[in-house]
Amino acid sequence: MDLAFTPEDIAFRDEVRAFVAANLDRDIADKVAAGKHLVRDDYMRWQQALGRKGWLVYTWPKKHGGPGWSVTQRYIFENVCAEMNAPGIIPFGTKMVGPVIYTFGSEEQKARFLPDIRESTLWWCQGYSEPGSGSDLASLRTRAVRDGDHYVVNGSKTWNTMGHWADWIFCLVRTDTDAKQQEGISFLLIDMKTPGITVKPIIMADGGHEVNEVFFDDVRVPVGNLVGKEGEGWTYAKFLLANERLGIAAIPQSKRGVETLKEIARAETDNGRPLIEDSSFRDKLADLDIQVTALEFTELRALSTMAVGGAPGPEVSFLKIRGSEIQQRITELAVEAVGYYAMPYQPSLLWQGANEEPIGPAYAHQSAPRYFNVRKTSIYGGSNEIQKNVISKMVLGL
Amino acid sequence: MDLSYSDEQKQIKEGVERFVREEYAFETRRKIAATPRGWLPGNWAKFAELGWLGMAFSEEDGGFGGGAVETSIIMEAFGSGLVLEPYLPTVLLGGGALALGGSKAQKDALLAPMIEGKKQFAFAYVEKQSRYNLADVAVTARKDGAGYVLDGHKGVVYNAASADQIFVTARTAGGQRDGKGVTLFVVDADAAGLSRRDYPTQDSLRASELTFRNVKVGADAVIGTLDEGASLVERVVDRAIVGICAEAVGCMDAVNKATLEYIKTRKQFGVAIGKFQVLQHRMVDCFTNAQEARSMTLMASLKIDDPDVDTSRKAASGAKVQIGKSGKFVGQSAVQMHGGMGVTDELSVSHYFKRLTMIDTMFGSQQHHLTRYGNISMAA
Amino acid sequence: MDLKLSAGDEAFRDEVRAFAAANLPASVVAKTWSGRHFEREDHMAWQRALGRKGWLTYTWPKKYGGPGWNVTQRFLFENVLAEIGAPRILPFGVKMVGPVIYTFGTEEQKARFLPGIRESSVSWCQGYSEPGAGSDLASLRARAVREGDHYVVNGQKTWTSFAHWGDWIFCLVRTDPDKKPQEGISFLLIDMKTPGVTVRPIIMLDGAHHVNDVFLDNVRVPVENRIGQEGAGWTCAKFLLANERLGIAEVPASKRGVQGLRDIARAEGLSDDPSFRDKISDIDLQVAALEMSELRVLSDMAAGGAPGPEVSTLKVRGSEIQQRIAELACEAVGDYGAPYQPELLFRDSNESGIGADHAVPAAARYFNMRKTSIYGGTNEIQKNVMSKMVLGL
Repeated sequence: MDLAFTPEDIAFRDEVRAFVAANLDRDIADKVAAGKHLVRDDYMRWQQALGRKGWLVYTWPKKHGGPGWSVTQRYIFENVCAEMNAPGIIPFGTKMVGPVIYTFGSEEQKARFLPDIRESTLWWCQGYSEPGSGSDLASLRTRAVRDGDHYVVNGSKTWNTMGHWADWIFCLVRTDTDAKQQEGISFLLIDMKTPGITVKPIIMADGGHEVNEVFFDDVRVPVGNLVGKEGEGWTYAKFLLANERLGIAAIPQSKRGVETLKEIARAETDNGRPLIEDSSFRDKLADLDIQVTALEFTELRALSTMAVGGAPGPEVSFLKIRGSEIQQRITELAVEAVGYYAMPYQPSLLWQGANEEPIGPAYAHQSAPRYFNVRKTSIYGGSNEIQKNVISKMVLGL
Repeated sequence: MDLSYSDEQKQIKEGVERFVREEYAFETRRKIAATPRGWLPGNWAKFAELGWLGMAFSEEDGGFGGGAVETSIIMEAFGSGLVLEPYLPTVLLGGGALALGGSKAQKDALLAPMIEGKKQFAFAYVEKQSRYNLADVAVTARKDGAGYVLDGHKGVVYNAASADQIFVTARTAGGQRDGKGVTLFVVDADAAGLSRRDYPTQDSLRASELTFRNVKVGADAVIGTLDEGASLVERVVDRAIVGICAEAVGCMDAVNKATLEYIKTRKQFGVAIGKFQVLQHRMVDCFTNAQEARSMTLMASLKIDDPDVDTSRKAASGAKVQIGKSGKFVGQSAVQMHGGMGVTDELSVSHYFKRLTMIDTMFGSQQHHLTRYGNISMAA
Repeated sequence: MDLKLSAGDEAFRDEVRAFAAANLPASVVAKTWSGRHFEREDHMAWQRALGRKGWLTYTWPKKYGGPGWNVTQRFLFENVLAEIGAPRILPFGVKMVGPVIYTFGTEEQKARFLPGIRESSVSWCQGYSEPGAGSDLASLRARAVREGDHYVVNGQKTWTSFAHWGDWIFCLVRTDPDKKPQEGISFLLIDMKTPGVTVRPIIMLDGAHHVNDVFLDNVRVPVENRIGQEGAGWTCAKFLLANERLGIAEVPASKRGVQGLRDIARAEGLSDDPSFRDKISDIDLQVAALEMSELRVLSDMAAGGAPGPEVSTLKVRGSEIQQRIAELACEAVGDYGAPYQPELLFRDSNESGIGADHAVPAAARYFNMRKTSIYGGTNEIQKNVMSKMVLGL
């Protein structure tokens, strides 16, 4: 048991730093640092740079094109990227459908889909939730009926993140309406350009457009796009959700968030003194810092179990819960820190990256929208209530 | 001791609630927010006609002799419908300043027409560095003959774009954060040298940044006593705090009602999600929080005009702390229990949440008022 | 709408203050302020004094011997007594069984039992919970079988506060095991001296002895000691619980607690510590909100309403506040929360405290106060009640 980095780890960290410094375009890093929203091209430029280096799919096994890193190396990579204001890697290809394909897909599917994910040439999105199936995902009703070499898909998906930028979508669909809920579900890969697919934006509380409803109207999907066996989609879905929960804690991002918050507290004043010298605000910062540290060590413990061959167990639900609460708390304190200048609403600055001058300090305008938006973290990826049900049942045996 | 509404008060309550029910459906409000002004002159005329603009002013000032309880009744109902008309800046702040500090001539010239619906006000008391300290005033008012010349910047001034007059704090003596030496002025909104940058706020209201460059005003522009404006503004703001606390109570009750309805009808796993104990208890906590907010707002409305200044300060700060705490809990819980729908722009829930969040900041955060309360009560 | 006191109210308040000053021994008041426990006689002597004045049963209607006070007077009475440091009025006779008897009892029962309560000549205790029936009270199993003019009672009650001081116990017993759980229950009054009644102390986590197990072994209870109809006990129980929930918020005591906390903070040099100040202000405001909520309920009751299920919220918040005050006192005294001095806590002892006087009971009180979110229906049960009765979930 050792917390210290080895010389090799340190060399690795320097290598990652040098790579990020050389390959992360300045305009992108600036946007991330300022808390601005990124556009598709920003993500793609960065992910393709990582892809060329072979680092984009850094969690994949070597045989599928991953770099074969240790747990420590992954940890270092994620933290360096966050510290240096790299955009978060979009998980839909690399962390979600990619592992499903290399674990459950056919050789043809691996050959066909994995390279594009590794290189970030295609954008994936996720078709899980439906208007009537949120927390109760297994009740989904989107129907896929076999018709010769195709499935004909009808239904709608919602809370589809960034589907308006996507080339492909992976979907849970019902292929058998007579089987038990979980048993009639299959996992399909669908080209977003297929006729019959319509994407309709959902506008969020902060005025942003990041999620959509996706409608399927007699969409014909080749049978070759079925992953694994018909009716076993739920197994793959559970596998994917367990992977999702791990990264969803967003710890490196929260660490960066705490640092940003400290900078805001240094810039803001109260009665002529920096806010960071205000004892009650310091207490809140310290409390948050400690929460992040506790979460990080919990994740390190989970990773260390995985390093010796264990699978992520249901207890990772706890990481998702605390991770989301911490992300929310950071944004809440940012609103508190900026005071009145949380009030002006400047959508053009937020969404279009316009050059409009901010009304308050540059860091202030996105504080309230972020606070509103980040409420989603305790809802998506399985609401925190559902995560607690999972822990209660699977870990505590209640 | 008696905590029940009089018959007159019940009538006012019914009237304002009816207005909100009939004129402020959520989709109507969305349309009103998108108009150039961000509020409807027709509604404002109705407020004047129904006497709501003069409700809390003395009969001698042309009002109807009500007080903080009547103001709370109106603001609570406005909160339940997220009413956008600028009642707070015009009536509670501008009108409040005139009632407490205005001369007879100023009241005749400004307050009487305001009560008739013919004038609107804005209240410029925030500066970029001031945070919640009302005496942190860098805008200067330099003596110039009989009058003054104002220079400097004021921030987040609600309703400035629609206002006929702007009330503004400026320094006439002392250092930047001295309590003494702050003076409250009233300036015509179209005065030469006064420029604005207008913008919407997170909660669909309208505010502006104001820059004063050589803005000349007469000696009659001083509200109250020269150099003694800080305590006047504190009184005005403390009374306005009770108003926004009542507004928050209206928001909380409305959003709780919406959430309760949602968890009774939204089904997952084959049952209404309100059958799950974890949501039931959270809903009960929301109800309790709203009740406490109502209790503290009621307390503040009954104590805000207490002759003992510490009693009224503590009342305002105490209510504001409770509102901040309850508003955050209720707002966040409402979003959570609505699930994904709660974080969209589509339902009213996120709009209540946003308004409650902004109310927590306005006139000082929960933390600011907790500290203020402690400073008073530990000194006692 | 008005919070002000009339001249009459102020005179009343002075009268209560004068009465308390004349009738409360300094030694008893000192125990309140130093957080020590009272002896039986401390309670009884004070209650007898109140009884002689006609004030003990201050919430009762005039026709049963209450003083006929309005809501404001009751409020003032409770607050003055708490400010002064009077022992709390034990609720078992005055607030629990008394109102049940005058509401559901016969004329004979009223004549027989109410005077003893009014004068505090008889001490009561409560036989509700059982080892297997806590939050789920209706599942109780103590059995009463009719045998001629008597019921023969067998079973066990637990968490019985002050049973070791009690002359009488009011019990919920099962008279019909075949009916639905709520329908086979009856409400019996039992003389603690009846053969077959045994009391066994339960020592609490702070070392205190307040509660007991009460064993009922072939206890013969005359049928005339049953209140209301056989099988109607659950109605009495619910009525009693709703009354209990109101007083259980303990607002006046918590106000005194906040004052005590400020004194401790000053003594500990914490009054200038901004974070501790914030914590005191926060709890002070919680008490203020609770008090105002209680006043709103009282005001509704004065206008003729009955306390509804929403009073559960007062119980929940009241208990949380009592706990928070105890927690903050513990935080304030630091390491001197550690020494354990039971002689000082529970007995009239001359031993001196190892730390400051205010430090002696701090930890014990914190531990002990955890009970407040458990007893009188746990806070979880209160929320279930609210969820069902108020929110319709």
